[in-house]
Amino acid sequence: MPTLSEADSKRLLAPHGVVFPPEREVHSAEAAVAAARELGHPVVLKLGGAAIAHKTERGLVRLGLGDDAVVAGAATELLAAARPEDGAVHLLVAPMLKGNRELIAGLHHDEQFGMTVMLGVGGILAEALADVAFRLVPITRQDGHDMIDDLATQKLLDELRGEPAVDREALVDVLVGLSDAAEANGTILSADLNPLILVDGRPVAVDALVELAG
Amino acid sequence: MTGDGFQALFEPRGVLVAGVSTHPGKFGFVSLHNILASGYQGVIYGSSREAGEVLGVPIVTDLSELPDGAIDLVFVCTPAAANADLLRACAKKGIRAAFLASAGYGEAGEEGQQLQAELVALADELGMLVAGPNGQGVVSTPARLCAQIVAPYPPAGGIGIASQSGNFISSFMNYAVQTGVGVSRAVSAGNAAAVTIPDYLAYYADDDATTVALAYVEGVPDGRTFFERTRAVAARKPLVLVKGGATAGGQRAAASHTGSLASDDRVFEGMCHQAGITRAATIEEAYEAAATFATQPLPRGNRVVVLTTAGGWGVVTADAIARSSLELMPLPDDLRAALDAKLPPRWSRNNPVDLAGAETRDTIPEVIDLIVGHPDVDAVIYLGLGIQSNQAALMRGGPFYPDHGLERIVDYHERQDARFAQAAADASDRYDKPVLTATELAVTHPDNAGPIAVRVSGRLCYATANRAVTALDHLWRYARYRECH
Repeated sequence: MPTLSEADSKRLLAPHGVVFPPEREVHSAEAAVAAARELGHPVVLKLGGAAIAHKTERGLVRLGLGDDAVVAGAATELLAAARPEDGAVHLLVAPMLKGNRELIAGLHHDEQFGMTVMLGVGGILAEALADVAFRLVPITRQDGHDMIDDLATQKLLDELRGEPAVDREALVDVLVGLSDAAEANGTILSADLNPLILVDGRPVAVDALVELAG
Repeated sequence: MTGDGFQALFEPRGVLVAGVSTHPGKFGFVSLHNILASGYQGVIYGSSREAGEVLGVPIVTDLSELPDGAIDLVFVCTPAAANADLLRACAKKGIRAAFLASAGYGEAGEEGQQLQAELVALADELGMLVAGPNGQGVVSTPARLCAQIVAPYPPAGGIGIASQSGNFISSFMNYAVQTGVGVSRAVSAGNAAAVTIPDYLAYYADDDATTVALAYVEGVPDGRTFFERTRAVAARKPLVLVKGGATAGGQRAAASHTGSLASDDRVFEGMCHQAGITRAATIEEAYEAAATFATQPLPRGNRVVVLTTAGGWGVVTADAIARSSLELMPLPDDLRAALDAKLPPRWSRNNPVDLAGAETRDTIPEVIDLIVGHPDVDAVIYLGLGIQSNQAALMRGGPFYPDHGLERIVDYHERQDARFAQAAADASDRYDKPVLTATELAVTHPDNAGPIAVRVSGRLCYATANRAVTALDHLWRYARYRECH
């Protein structure tokens, strides 16, 4: 079962309406510095590659990089951290998004019911809370709205601590987008948008992982 | 699956019991007894290895002795090994449906599985609807048919039941006997070799005698087909479902985060929401949801008024509503003014409408009509019925009855409670809104005039307000699904 790199996962899902941050894929510290300037500081820097699945565990994600010098330093370190078994690697430069609320969305192949779309409350408590809703692919926009309504933690979706209420239509776009991607590409075995950060109420997938049948 | 086969199963012109026994403990006796006892009006025959008569029914040893084209359904109690020949002989006589109570099929090892595969092929070859095997039987109240190896025979009504477990057919029908909210058809799918739960449910969707379908399932062998077919049923009629083994088959190790959050039950729950299935957590909740669908109109919205004759009940009911998708609506000003004109000032002046003992002879029927009739109100839960009759029972059984005016007051109390129950049903009919009456007297004192009158009005008297809220919540969720999907 091949796992796509974060960049390839995003390329596969983006045409279906899943919103990702504007990102630059670069191969040198100089290019990373230029990309960060273009996107505006602070930025996030990640080392990516088809064989790299557990970036966080390996310390391959650097957050909140505020100027050229720290971007250059982090880029050099990340490129040096690549192992031979990682194969071809690249650097992903993305703007540092602000949002206190995290959701998770994805695709899951159920043995009994086939491909499903999932929406849940994300973050470190995701599995403990298990506040999730599933629907079978394909879903309608109404199904997407129903999934949002199914979540028990509705207060998380309302206006909260100075952040606006979740843009439900935009969230439905993501869910329907996942469903469309699964329909369009029968080799998708699973997909994770984790986390799906609410930025000013709008869901932005800052990470993506797609697994294909192989 | 042909509609003709289902017609033969549920509305047979004649029934043959195959494998009749003279021993009153055997299935071959019990099933014949139950068919006769429930008042089935068609012709009845039996077959056995010994000719003669059992319970006045003629028993043949050779099916060729049976009349041609007079019998539609065979109820099979013979051993599995004998059934292939039996069904071929039945088909020659024009029998189009069989219910197999016989065990020894798919549940009985490899040999049984082979027999079951052959049975399915034979059903196909003969064009015969073969229900079961290893099932408890079939009930159809429009035909007064009770072809089953267990009790009870339920009152007639609109609930159509299909179950993977025969015992839950009995449980549901026991509730029907208890509450008076009755059943149209009920079938125990047994091993569901040729006819599956979705097949029965699809028949119920078309069946004029059935207003709500009720199902118990454990495994769902083909999830996608189950989803598509149950969704088609729920698009036409409410479908209430309980799933056994809901907590089994938890999270599997999975590569993805989404996968680790996907348990069988969470996916099943989502499928139910997507299909418009009313999923109940327990058998009791499922029956009460089905009984509510069968006896109350769907609400047009979720705004509920609670009417109570005393405080505590209303408070607890308000709590239950807060935990549901229903809304304890603020009392509209014009409704408050209208109630002020009927009630002394100590009433709650808010929702719950607590009469605080302020009612006189005609208060309750008038207040019910005012509340149910208000255009902003979508549904009403009425609490406190039967208090007067409960006191009446104590008086009637006490040492002073019938003197001291007790006979007169006892009669008055019981008349009043009957009137209140009828007023609730009448207002529901008049304004086409759900009005649910709840009192524990429904189970603690089922002979109380209040619960009796609810039953006579054709409604369910809920044992607690919480259960009424749960049932009404199911109605509202289904109404909303139908509106949105």
